[in-house]
Formats: sequence, C-alpha cells, structure tokens
Amino acid sequence: MSRSSKKGPYVDLKLLGKVEEQKENGKRQPIKTWARSCTIVPDFIGHTFSIHNGKGFVQLMVTDNMVGHKLGEFAPTRNFRGHAAKK
Amino acid sequence: MPRLLGVDIPNNKKVPYALTSIFGLGLYRAQLICEKCGIDENKRAYELSEDEVARLTGFIDQSFVVEGNLKREVQANIQRLKEIQAYRGLRHIRSLPCRGQRTKTNSRTRKGKKKTVANKKIARK
Repeated sequence: MSRSSKKGPYVDLKLLGKVEEQKENGKRQPIKTWARSCTIVPDFIGHTFSIHNGKGFVQLMVTDNMVGHKLGEFAPTRNFRGHAAKK
Repeated sequence: MPRLLGVDIPNNKKVPYALTSIFGLGLYRAQLICEKCGIDENKRAYELSEDEVARLTGFIDQSFVVEGNLKREVQANIQRLKEIQAYRGLRHIRSLPCRGQRTKTNSRTRKGKKKTVANKKIARK
C-alpha cells in the first residue's frame, strides 16, 4: 500500500540536516547513509550519497529526475551474475 | 463502421463497449464519455451519425490521452526508470516483474515461455 499523502514524503531528518549543512559550507563529499527508505527531495539534487546496500556503499549523484524515488532504489542489494555454466 | 481517432473502427456493439476498443478507454471512461456527449448507451456503434462521431472524437481528444500518445507516455516513463538506474528500471531491463513478485516460479508473463534447463536437478547435487 502506498503512503498516505497526508503525511508527506518520508525524509530522514538526520540526512536532510547533513545535506543542508553541506549546502551552507559548500563542501561536496559523499554522505554516507543507511537510510535507504528516505525519499529523495529536491534539496538533494547535486549532492552525492554513499548508500548502504547491506555489504558496502554505492555512490550516487542525485539528478533532478530521481526526485520522488527512495535512495534504496539506486543501491541494489542483490548481485545476480547468471547461472553456473555447464561443465 | 465509424472511425474514431484515426485507426479505431469499433464494431456493431453498443457505443460504450465499442469505445473500450480504444487503447486508454475502459468501460468507466466510455460510459462517462457517452453521458457527456449525450449519446444513448443502448445505441449501436453503426447507428452513430457523422455529427455524433465528430462530437465523440472532439470530446475524447481534449479530455484523455489515448492510443499512440498514451503508449508513448508509458514507454517514456519506463525509459526514465531505466535511465536513472532505479530498481524498477533494472527489472525492466531484465524483463522481470518490477513489483516484488516471486520469480522462483511463475512470472511467465514477463519471462516468456519456459526455457527448460537440462539436468537442472542433478547438477545442483
């Protein structure tokens, strides 16, 4: 079921704070985060994130058409390399 | 047979049902259109006058996105998901279900006809 629009999008407050901090002092280094369920809001555009995928971090540069998606959508948690070839 | 919006030639069904053969119009919208255009629901498609056809075409054109335009819109949305490499886009690229369905079995619509792998069970041992 989708989220009630009354509540607005879910944004991880800690992460949003970090983005704003970066905006103020102009530094642009990847923000490490585990908040995969955090929605990408317009403020995130142009920032780089390191999103945890359960094993390591996937770097993502947020562009404007990613707004509205969740961070986790861009860091796949499974790695399928195809089935074993016949010996 | 009347011709609506280019390619569509609905048959001799009642008007609302004939309209559903247009991509993007279901029964709900079709009935709504008939109501708005003042066309009797029990009328058959072949009984439509030129004037009524024109009225329907005009109304549909300005109210809904249908046929080619709609198909293009859907494709564009999928293309967007692929370009930004979102999870759903990746699933589209692989032509697997995008909405979390199981893929161990079933999902034949997306995966196509069964591809049998010889000795699959034996090989696993």
